[in-house]
Order: sequence, then C-alpha cells, then structure tokens
Amino acid sequence: MRTAAIIKRICIEMMRDKRSMALLFIAPVFILTLMYFFFNGEPTDPRLGVVHIEDSLVQILEEQEMEVIPFEKGDKDTVLAEDLDALLVYENGAYKLILENSDPSLANTINLKVNQSIAAQIRAKLAGQLGINLEMDENLVVKEYIYGDADSGYFDILGTIFVGFFVFFFVFLLSGISLLKERTSGTLERLMATPVRRWELLTAYLAGYGVFAVIQTLIVVTYSVTVLDVVLVGSIGHVIIINLLLAFVALTIGMFLSTFASSEFQMVQFIPVVVIPQILFVGIIPLEWMADWLQVFAKFMPVHYAANALKEVMYKGEGLHAITGDLLALVVFIVVFIILNLLSLRRYRRG
Amino acid sequence: MGVSVRIDRVSKSFGKKQVLKDINLEIEEGMIYGFIGPSGAGKTTLVKLIVGIHAPDTGTITVLNKKVPDMDLFRDIGYMAQSDALYHDLTGLENLKFFASLYNLSKKEQKERIEYAAGLVKLNDDLKRRVSVYSGGMKRRLSLAIALIQDPKILILDEPTVGIDPELRVGVWNELKRLRDEEGKTILITTHVMDEAEKCDYIGMVRDGTIIARGTPAELKERYGAESLDEVFLKAGRSDK
Repeated sequence: MRTAAIIKRICIEMMRDKRSMALLFIAPVFILTLMYFFFNGEPTDPRLGVVHIEDSLVQILEEQEMEVIPFEKGDKDTVLAEDLDALLVYENGAYKLILENSDPSLANTINLKVNQSIAAQIRAKLAGQLGINLEMDENLVVKEYIYGDADSGYFDILGTIFVGFFVFFFVFLLSGISLLKERTSGTLERLMATPVRRWELLTAYLAGYGVFAVIQTLIVVTYSVTVLDVVLVGSIGHVIIINLLLAFVALTIGMFLSTFASSEFQMVQFIPVVVIPQILFVGIIPLEWMADWLQVFAKFMPVHYAANALKEVMYKGEGLHAITGDLLALVVFIVVFIILNLLSLRRYRRG
Repeated sequence: MGVSVRIDRVSKSFGKKQVLKDINLEIEEGMIYGFIGPSGAGKTTLVKLIVGIHAPDTGTITVLNKKVPDMDLFRDIGYMAQSDALYHDLTGLENLKFFASLYNLSKKEQKERIEYAAGLVKLNDDLKRRVSVYSGGMKRRLSLAIALIQDPKILILDEPTVGIDPELRVGVWNELKRLRDEEGKTILITTHVMDEAEKCDYIGMVRDGTIIARGTPAELKERYGAESLDEVFLKAGRSDK
C-alpha cells in the first residue's frame, strides 16, 4: 500500500528530527506555562508617596492596597529619585497627584484609587459630623455568575484560546517546512515519477503529519487542563475534535503555502502574514469592538472559529450543538485547501 | 526492434523562455541513447517530459506505445533525476525500501531488487548509514540504485555519473551495457562529458532546445569529418547557424 509506505516514511523522518519534535511537543507547553505565570501573577502594590496627607486618608489609601510612603515635601524629582509610581501632595487646600505614568494603566488605577479614597474620607468626615453610621456592607450586592465563577481569571479565557492557536501555529510551521523540503530536495518531483497518485500522496501527508498533530493536541490539552488548571467545563473529547480539525486546517494551509516559498526563510515570512493576524481575531479583543470591515476579516480566520468553539466548550461547558457551525467552518477550510493542494500538484502531472 | 520512445513535434516553455523547440525523435528498443549538450540546453527538460512528470506545451510523446502521461508507464520507467532526490534523514536501505514499496513488489522481490541494486552501485556496506553522511558520489549511486529498483524496461538517467569515481564509472557503464544486451533494456542518458557519449549507441546533440545533430558516434564523426565528438559538436553548432 503506497499510502502506508509514505506514512511510515514521514513517521521515521519525524522521529529522527529531534528539534522538530521538541518544537511540536515541548514549545507549546513551555509557552503556555509562561503565559500561565504571566497572567496569574499577583501584582505588587503601587508605591504612593504622600506629602501633608492626614493620617485618616493614609489609612484609607493603605486599605486600597497601596504602599504609602510619607515625605516632608516632594515634587517630580522625588517620584523619580524614590522610584515611586505616584506622589500625592496636599497644599493650599487642594490635592495634587503627580503620576509617573510609564505604565498608563497603572497610573489610571492609582488615579482612580486616590480619588475614591479622598471621596471616602470626605464621606466619613460628613458622616462623623452628622453622627450617622455609613459603614458599607461588603455583601450589599450578591453576585451570580452564568459562566465561570468569582475566581475566573484572564488566563481561563486566554488559556482555552491559546491551546487552539498553538496547535495551529506549530502544525502550520511543521507541515509547511516539511513539504518545502520535499520540493527543494527534489523528492516530491521524484515521487511524481512513481505510480503514486496525487490523492494517495495527499492522504499520506494528512495522515502522517496528522498523527503528530493528534499527539500534540493531546499533550497540550491534557497539560493545560491538569497542570495549568485551565477551566474545562465541557467534554475533553469535544476539545480534541476542535483542535484536530484546526490542526488539519493548519496542515493543509501549510502544505499549500509551501508551493509559494522557495526557501525555509520564505516559509517563515508567511508567519506575520498568515499566523499573527489570527491572534487578533481569537477573541482577546471582543469582535464586537472591531470595525465592521474588520469583522468580515474574522470570517476568513480559521483560528477564530476554533477559539470560539473552544471557549464554548471549555469555559461555558456547551455541547456539540453550540459548536456545530464553527466545526463546519473548519471542515470547509480543510476541504478547500485539500482541493487547492491537489490542483497545485497538477503542475507535475495529472492523475 | 520496436520503437521505445517516440517524440513528435514537442515544444515546451517556462514563462517566456522557450526551452524545447519542435523536437522530433525516435528511440529504438534495446539501445543506449545519449543526449549530449551543454548545461541549459534543455536535456533535463526533455528527459522530464519523457518520464511524464511535466507535460509538453505542444506535441505528443509516446513511450512503449502508450501516450505520456500514463500511470502504468511509471512502472516501466526507472528515473534518476539530476538532483539527488533522497530522504536525508533516512538510511540508504530505508530509501531503497521506501521507493520499492511504491511499486507493490512482494517482500521477496523487494529484498532481491534491493540487494541487486545496492550491489551494483557498491553501497552494500553503507546501507545502514543515514544519507545525510553520504558523500556526493554515494548519493549519486544511491539515486541510480533507486532508478533500478522496480526492474523497469526503460532507464532514464539524468547525468548519472557526475561525481562518481572513474573505477566505479566503468563499472556502471559495464552494467548499463549488460542491461542492454542481456535484458534488452532501453537506456536514455544525458551527459556533457564527450568521452561518455562515445559509449552510447546513438547520440542526439542538444543545443538551445533543438537537436542539432544525431546519429551513432562513428556516423557523426564521419559526417562532419571530425576526430572527436567535441569537434562534431562545434561543427554541428556552426552549420546550424
């Protein structure tokens, strides 16, 4: 059986290429782990210097999880010299907040916290003068979550999405470079001088590299769910189906694009064009925020469908019925690129 | 003797460059036919058209009375490409086995053919080593062994002896002659070495995509009053203009 012979050959080649194996199996695990620590890290308290600030306000500020450091006097130079994130000064009956602002989001947070603290202090003073108790009950508002819970973090969403993205990225790279090697070394043309049919060749490539895509998917999904504690409410079987389909999309796209590259470097040049834009459409930035014409782009991004389906299954715990559309979209991608691959092999011969 | 390969008014262009212009040719069964000419003359393209991995723009090619391309023909043609189309991460044996398995040979046949082909090019001792550590000559020899693996009726060898040492080259030529004489195989080779051309039964001199002269080496030398095939080539080229 010719297809079996080609599959066997691909497997032997892959097993001997230790680097590619590491890229496929270890790299995604490594990056996901980094991301896990990155997004789950506890932020350190911002350092806030204060000048002429009443003790009652300092106490409120400290309750807001800020490290408050009092100074006799201070200005912009103090912020820089003392490595502060901000300096709050009270003079001539007014507050002045000097923000270091190298991290605008941190500066915004500090600004917000300082304003809230001042307001709280004024409120407390007024309450004291009027003699009423203004203690806020923490549980005044009872929260209910439809998906996830109070502990749901950014990584729970991001983790699910990136599991799919990495499967796509590494399988794309692997299949693209491998096929390119076959073209440049002349072995693909040589195969065309044997009785191998084009569909046999394509089937063998899909199956041969597919095996490794399956193993990668299993490793990445298992690792994310068990070790990194990415939420998985739905079925792991569905997660694997989604990733497998995505892996086959990556496989067929990689194979097809290798036709247009004449060196490994040219293959790598496809990454910023084909792979990176996919990250922007996976849902890190909600699609609804994007301009209409950008949303149209998302329709052509396979990772967009996979990420959507993964979120439904892993985070929301939905079943197959919720992801049928997304799975179908992935299948369409696969079919289209298989046809394109068959056509591109025609430049060697028919049949 | 029947006709093994018939080329009828074949032209081929890549983009704007015309590589082959109106080629007509007949190659008889059981002979060694050499395409001689400088690099870039179109020899490799012509060979690829005969093998059937590229299609001509116009004209037809018939091999063993079947119009190319024909899936059945691939079994009858043993092709050795100019570039060593080998899998470098595999051993020599694995390469041979892989190509053998594409021809649906039985296990026994496979073993025999691999032994024969590897023995012919004297690679038996290196079969267990990876191709990535092979020298240039060893890779050429392995490519040649692969071309022979399915015991084809026609051998099409593109620059088969480049990088092979003189002793082994003689051995390869003796084997090619034996294959012709004892097994009646038709052998097509391309070369740009004129002393190899002398060993062919029939020569087609290729230049700029056309065949400028053809005949047996002796005929050609006589026709152009030349001492060597080199001289024939120069004279034929001049009269062509």
